[in-house]
Amino acid sequence: MDVFNLPDVGEGLTEAEIVTWHVQPGDVVEVNQPIVDIETAKSVVELPSPFAGTVGALLVPEGETVPVGTPIVRFGDEAAAPEPEPEVVAAPVAESVEGEPVEEEPAPTADAEPAAPKREPVLVGYGPKVPGANVRRPRHVASVDTEKVAQKPSPKVLAKPPVRKLARDLDVDLASVPHDGEVVTRDDVEAFARPPVSAPAAGTATTVRGVRKATADAMVHSAFTAPHVTTWVDTDVTATVELVERLRRDRAYDGVRVTPLLLVAKAVTLALRRHPELNSSWRDTDGGAEIVRHEGVHLGIAAATDRGLLVPVVRDAERLDGPGLAGAIGEVVELARSGKAQPADLSGGTFSITNIGVFGIDGGTPILPPGQTGILATGRIAKRPWVVGADVVARHVMTLALTFDHRVVDGQQGAGLLADVAGLLHDPGAALTY
Amino acid sequence: MTVPTQPRTDVLAEHDLVQLLAPDGRRREHPEYRWDGDVATLCGLYRDLFLVRRVDTEAHALQRHGELGLWAPCLGQEAAQVGAGRALQNQDFVFPTYREHGLAWTRGIDPVKLLGLFRGSDLGGWDPTEAGMALYSIVIGAQTLHAVGYAMGLGLDDQVGHADAERDSAVLACFGDGATSQGDVNEAFVWAASFHAPVVFLCQNNQYAISVPLERQTHVPLAQRAEGFGFPGVRVDGNDVLAVQAVVSAALQRARNGEGPTLVEAVTYRVGPHTTSDDPTRYRDPQEVEHWKERDPLLRLRRHLEAEGIEESYFADLDAEAEALGRHLREACKALPEPDLADMFDRVHAEGTPELAEQKAAYVAYRSSFEGGAA
Repeated sequence: MDVFNLPDVGEGLTEAEIVTWHVQPGDVVEVNQPIVDIETAKSVVELPSPFAGTVGALLVPEGETVPVGTPIVRFGDEAAAPEPEPEVVAAPVAESVEGEPVEEEPAPTADAEPAAPKREPVLVGYGPKVPGANVRRPRHVASVDTEKVAQKPSPKVLAKPPVRKLARDLDVDLASVPHDGEVVTRDDVEAFARPPVSAPAAGTATTVRGVRKATADAMVHSAFTAPHVTTWVDTDVTATVELVERLRRDRAYDGVRVTPLLLVAKAVTLALRRHPELNSSWRDTDGGAEIVRHEGVHLGIAAATDRGLLVPVVRDAERLDGPGLAGAIGEVVELARSGKAQPADLSGGTFSITNIGVFGIDGGTPILPPGQTGILATGRIAKRPWVVGADVVARHVMTLALTFDHRVVDGQQGAGLLADVAGLLHDPGAALTY
Repeated sequence: MTVPTQPRTDVLAEHDLVQLLAPDGRRREHPEYRWDGDVATLCGLYRDLFLVRRVDTEAHALQRHGELGLWAPCLGQEAAQVGAGRALQNQDFVFPTYREHGLAWTRGIDPVKLLGLFRGSDLGGWDPTEAGMALYSIVIGAQTLHAVGYAMGLGLDDQVGHADAERDSAVLACFGDGATSQGDVNEAFVWAASFHAPVVFLCQNNQYAISVPLERQTHVPLAQRAEGFGFPGVRVDGNDVLAVQAVVSAALQRARNGEGPTLVEAVTYRVGPHTTSDDPTRYRDPQEVEHWKERDPLLRLRRHLEAEGIEESYFADLDAEAEALGRHLREACKALPEPDLADMFDRVHAEGTPELAEQKAAYVAYRSSFEGGAA
C-alpha cells in the first residue's frame, strides 16, 4: 500500500493546506500526474504523484492544514487496505511516519522493534531507512528521568526534547495530552496544563493566518508597547478641494491620479520638515532605549486589499515633486492590491497615512505601525455648516486625527504637526512659507 | 528629485545576438559564426536537449514527491548549457553554478550524481578531475575566481598556445546575470584580463536574479561590460544550441591559443522558478513566460529536424529513452545511501590531523552510546 506523505516543498516549511484534489478514490493515475494543489506559507504548489496506480483514499480533506509528513493520499485497492480510515485525517499514529519510533519508556531491547508497517520514508533530505537499523534510543538514561519514567509508564508518544522537559516541569503526562498533529507540541502541552476557559459561544471559527495574522501581531505588539495618544481637528479644506480640481487639468499630472490624499501626503512631508521628531523610531537597546531620527520620510499608505490591510511604503517621499508623489502613491497601492508586493515593499515606513474617509466616516484613533511615531487618519470630505467671518456657510470640511507615540514626543509636538497639516490643507498657499 | 529606474539602453536588445537557428526552425547565416555539422550531429544535440530536460523535470518532480530538499530547474536554458558543453574538449575544465545540469550531462556525469547534493546525501557526487567539471557552487559567483585561478594554473603548467589540439586547454566559467553584480565576478574579470587567462566566461542571462529583473542589474547589455575590462564580449541567442556551440567553440579556441578571456552572454530565459522554493508568479508577467515558451530551445531544433525529414519514429524512440531515464532517476534517487555523519571529519583536509581524528573518535563513541547506533 503506497502512501504519499505531505512533502516540504520549500526548505523548512512545517505545514501546508490542501487546496484542491485533482483526483478521487478509484481514479487511476500515472507517476508525476498532478494530483493535488497545496498552499504553503510561500505559494500554491501542484504536487505530482510519486506513484502509479489506483487512488485508494484521500486522507486529508480540502481546506485542511496539516503538518509536513502527514499521509495525504493512499494508493491501491481499498478492499485490501489493512484498516479503513475515516476520510478526515486520522488521529496520530503511535509510531512516526519516518519509521523511527521514539519511546517514552525505558529502552526496550532491539528485537522488541514494533511491527510498524514498512512505509517508504519521504522526509526531505533523508534516504530510505533500513528497517530496524540505526534506531536511536539512549542506553543510559539520566537517573531522574529513569525514576520518573519508571513510575509512570506511558504509551509511546512523539514529542521533541524541550517539549518533554516542559511536560515534566508542569507535571503533565505526555500520553494524556490531546494533540492534532503527529507530534505533541509545546502548545498542546501548555493548552492541556492551562485551566479550562469557559466554552466558546456558538458560531464559526476561522484559523487566523496570513495577512490577518500579520496585522494582528503587529497591532498587538504596537498597542501594548507604544503608549498611544490621539488628537484631532476639523478643518475647512475647500481650498484643497479646489486645488485638486485645478491639478487634474494640469498637464504635468497627466497619467497620474490627483486626489486629496496626494495633497495630504505632500502636507505631511512639509510639516514633518518642521517636526522631524515625529519621523523617528523608538528603539529598545541592551542598555536602555534610543530614539532614532530618520533622514528620509518613508510614507506608509494604508490600503484595504483583497488580502487584508497592507501598508505599502513610498520611499523618500519628501524628495518627490507633486506628479512624482502622485505616481509613487498610485504605484505602491496598485502593487499592494495586485498581491505582488514583496515584504520589502511593505516595510521600512517612518510615518503613515490611513484614509478612513473612503469608508464614509469622519474620525478614528489609528494604531501605529510598529516602529513608527505617527500615523494620520483622514476622514471623509463633506460639506458642513462652517462659520466664515460672521456667516454660516457650506464648506468642505474634513476631520484629521493623529496618533503619536508618547514615549517619543509629547502633546506639543504631536499637536504642532497636526495643526501644520491642517493649516496647509486649509490654505495650500501656506506651503510657500515652508 | 527622482531616482532613475529605467535603463538607458535595451539590455535585452536582439539586434546584435548571434543566431544560427531561428525560433521557427530555419537556419540563419552569420558573417562571423558558422555551425558546420551533419544531420546526425543535429540529432545528437536534440537528444542531449531532450534528455537533459527530462532529467530536470524528473528531479523537479522528485522534490515535489518529498525526495529532494531542493532543486534548481534549468528549464528553458538547456541550449545554452548543451551548446557550451558540446564546445568543450576533453582537457577543458568547467566551473559550474548549481544549475548546470546540461553541462554535467555533456561531461558524462551520471544524472543520479546530481541528486545527492539536493537530497542531502552527499556534497556533490562526482570526481571533478575525472569529469573535467568542478562540483556545483552554491555561493553566487565564487566559482568564477576558482575558474580564473585554474586558468592561470594552465598557463603556468604551459598548457596553452602550442597549436596542439590535444594539449591546449581552456576553462569555462559559468554564472548568471545576477552574479554579474557580485564583486567576485568583477574581480575574476580583472584577474583574467591582467593575466591573459585562458578562460571563457559564460553568462547565462536568464533575466532574473531570483526575483530581481535584469533591468535592475545593468543599464547596458551585460556583454558590453567586457570591453571595460579589456577583453571581447559576445551576445548570443542562448536558446539557439547551434549559435551557442559556435560562439563558445570560438571563444574556447581563442583561450587555448593563448589569446585571453572572452565573455559570452547567452541570452535565455528561466521558464521555471529560481528553485523549487520560489514562486515566480509573484514577480513575473505570465505573458512574458508564454513569449519565451515560443522561443523554446527544443521546439526550434525539433521544427528544424522535422523540416529536414527526420522521421516520427526517431522522436518516439527518444520518448521511450526519456521514460526509462525518468524511471531510473526515481529509483536511483530513493536508493542513494544515507550519509554517515562521521565522514565529515575525513573531508576537511586531504590528510587528516590529530585533532580531527580525536573529534571523530569522540563523535563515534557518543553515537555508539545509543542503542542500535552504528559504531
